[in-house]
Amino acid sequence: MASPILNPGQAPEPLLYEQSVPGRVGYALPPLDVPASDPISLLPGVPLRDSVPLPEAGELQVVRHFVRMSHRNHAIDVGFYPLGSCTMKYNPQITEEVVRLPGIADCHPYQPEEQVQGEMALLHALERLLCEVGGMDFATLQPAAGAAGEFTGLLIIRAYHIHQGESRRDTVIVPDSSHGTNPATAARCGFKTVSIPSNERGRVDLAALRKVVNDRTAAIMLTNPNTLGLFEQEIREIAEIVHEAGGLLYMDGANMNAILGITRPGDMGFDVMHYNLHKTMSTPHGGGGPGCGPVAVKAFLEPYLPTPVVARDGDQYRWDHHRPQSIGKVHGFYGNFGIAARAYAYMRTQGGEGLRNVSEKAVLNANYLAAQLSDAFTFPHGTRCMHEFVLSADRQKANGVSALDVAKRLMDFGFYPPTIYFPLIVKECMMIEPTETETRETLDDFGAAMLQIAREAETEPEIPQAAPHYTPVGRLDETTAARNPVLAYNCCA
Amino acid sequence: MNHPTELRYSKTHEWVRLAGDRATIGITDFAQHELGDVVYLELPEPGKTFRAEALFGTVESVKAVSDLYTPLSGEVLEVNAALTEDPGRINSSPYDDGWMLVIRISEPAEVANLLDSAAYEAFTAEQ
Repeated sequence: MASPILNPGQAPEPLLYEQSVPGRVGYALPPLDVPASDPISLLPGVPLRDSVPLPEAGELQVVRHFVRMSHRNHAIDVGFYPLGSCTMKYNPQITEEVVRLPGIADCHPYQPEEQVQGEMALLHALERLLCEVGGMDFATLQPAAGAAGEFTGLLIIRAYHIHQGESRRDTVIVPDSSHGTNPATAARCGFKTVSIPSNERGRVDLAALRKVVNDRTAAIMLTNPNTLGLFEQEIREIAEIVHEAGGLLYMDGANMNAILGITRPGDMGFDVMHYNLHKTMSTPHGGGGPGCGPVAVKAFLEPYLPTPVVARDGDQYRWDHHRPQSIGKVHGFYGNFGIAARAYAYMRTQGGEGLRNVSEKAVLNANYLAAQLSDAFTFPHGTRCMHEFVLSADRQKANGVSALDVAKRLMDFGFYPPTIYFPLIVKECMMIEPTETETRETLDDFGAAMLQIAREAETEPEIPQAAPHYTPVGRLDETTAARNPVLAYNCCA
Repeated sequence: MNHPTELRYSKTHEWVRLAGDRATIGITDFAQHELGDVVYLELPEPGKTFRAEALFGTVESVKAVSDLYTPLSGEVLEVNAALTEDPGRINSSPYDDGWMLVIRISEPAEVANLLDSAAYEAFTAEQ
């Protein structure tokens, strides 16, 4: 019996394999007008299979399948996406227009320098813009993304210390609120990591820092504003302590969206930093790339930058490969040009005033939203924040509704759930970053949903506990997926 | 939550069952509850020696990866190999099937630093 579907978006979508009908095809070939040959005789020595288990379907079936699947994606183009630490802002369409210009889309990395002077001018100009925003002196656009930028930055720091005859410096300091990639990068580069606790204000504890710095300190890795959305006001003191011990300061640029045009890592005392262009400068997020995580350094570290660098002689640009102290290459050619072009388009369309406005609005939006939630949720470090804030659902948890339940329930309202259970130092935490591109109405809608969920936690906890109620699938069995991952569809099972 | 009185506890949420110079170690009911479903576990090889409060392994749940710390100094005599195969036992049976290590205690005086069940419950209540 047929059953009516209330919302077609909720209907189960069978796999293409499950829709497959033997012999059904989406093409029609003309009759063979050459003698037929046996493939085995054409491909001697090549092992051939009798059949390939691929689904068989018509073109319309395939189109409908993928269009229906695409309707189930959440994206910034569909709705609010307040994923803390990830800066899921809207990327203006102009950046996609720009990268489709023939001079940008149709160039090739093997073209000789004289044919790509314009592209090289763009790369050089983007480096200058990033250095201006970061208060740094030189930059490379090679690293493929943020984590690759961290890797590049720490290799530069290691090369510097070795060159100074201080190869004993084998320790990198990270705060306990740091991004997980920071200690992972340090370990990958052969450093030991030392974690220092945050103080009761959610900032680096200076006394703890003083205790761990010594002649083994290679660097401290910090994010400013930090992962709690708080500005490290004592950054000058931190820089002094680390520099006096002979270590360098590495800035994770993940949270640059809070400080554009307002303050600069280079002025705070950082020696090396990376930028997450997909967060701050409007390039595409995730999906496995391509990406771009530029690294910028102070002048004394310039010799160690990856090779080649874009050199400018008057109006001419060339690849400078003669870099005897360089750490080497970290990407093919000069990184992902199309991503750099998008970031350049974004920075130029915003301009200096526009970039400052980005950060002012990002911080204003976060504070506006935090204020709406301040009575219903716990704010362990207060409600004054930079571009994001961390709240705790500990009061809801007392009624059996965890941060996970709140996040799941938000999906019923059409919102992407915020980051949860990170940073690890706040219990039942939710990390919310609204970004500058959202309207006041969207922020109000999200705030109202959060307050309703807080009321449900008190009166009807079973609603959030069983959420989501209105999505095509509800709570997936993450435990079984992690314990017994099935990574390939077995059509013949 | 269940924190048996015959065990001793650390502030990093490990339990210790003492028998002569031997100690069996695992993580508490409170810890497994906070972690959620455990999906992966890394334990040391027998024969390794640890100082008290040293990192001896990691436990990964659907929520987070956490470090494991030895509450006492000593040498690892036995490791629960079945547990790395089926880490869900940490959730279903934290004090029995969920044991992780047996160590030979090298610094018996450290036992005095551990909490009894009442003190541990008071500690977790503050958390």
